[in-house]
Amino acid sequence: MKPGQGEMLVAEGDPEVREDEERLIEEFRRQLDEGMWAAVPTTRRGSGRREALMVKDYAEIPVDAERVIFFPRASGG
Amino acid sequence: MLPALLFLALIAAALATPLLWREAARWRKARAVRRAARSGPLDIPLYDPGRERRAEQRARELLHSCVNDEEWAMYRDLGFIRVRGKHARRQDDPERGPAYAYLVYPHKPIVAYVPESGRLLSEYCVEFPDLSRDSARARLPASDDVLAKWMALTSDERRVIRRANMHLVGRQLDPARVRRDLWRLSEWERRRHSEIGAGHS
Repeated sequence: MKPGQGEMLVAEGDPEVREDEERLIEEFRRQLDEGMWAAVPTTRRGSGRREALMVKDYAEIPVDAERVIFFPRASGG
Repeated sequence: MLPALLFLALIAAALATPLLWREAARWRKARAVRRAARSGPLDIPLYDPGRERRAEQRARELLHSCVNDEEWAMYRDLGFIRVRGKHARRQDDPERGPAYAYLVYPHKPIVAYVPESGRLLSEYCVEFPDLSRDSARARLPASDDVLAKWMALTSDERRVIRRANMHLVGRQLDPARVRRDLWRLSEWERRRHSEIGAGHS
């Protein structure tokens, strides 16, 4: 999510394909280096409630995650 | 005789000056247009009036795909989403719901309140600014702003609340309006539950 532009696709690929995974890792790091937060929408086990999981490292992304959403860091308004 | 002719010529020149001036201006303008046409398209970026509308449409679809059905219907019908507070939850009686919750509005502060009593606790001013220098004044589409707050609150509530500027309700939001929204929410939930109940029976 980018201010002024909204949703943009930054990268896509199959994490099980090595070249794709390297590209995804590189893009993940670049987004975090630019100051973005990364979150994965998930469903909580048990309650079935929808929530987001904040990830700070590529390895923290759940294996079944379909997407990672990058958005600007929150600051006091 | 000669002075009279000169005088007439001067008067004629004075009368013709505005016409000549106007014609010269028209010629200069036409020349500028011809030059611009020869030099190719304009260098300045053209304003796209549909860009923000399309961005908001994409943002609504993204929000819809992330939150649950109830939250999406709440946003669609009421214009805000309620997020339950994660902390200070009653351990002895989880059926009674959360001790506090938030109302998440687009581009407005997050409001914390007590669901049981409707008491307003505080408003948290938070924004998601673009960190690049070229678009410092740009902001997220409305539904992306709601989604960013929802993701931040449901994943790391403490962090987003710590970063926000906290005030008593009333600094940016009208408390009467927030109370009216809470009443709208309770009516909306009552109708929704009765419809769901009727659907099951």
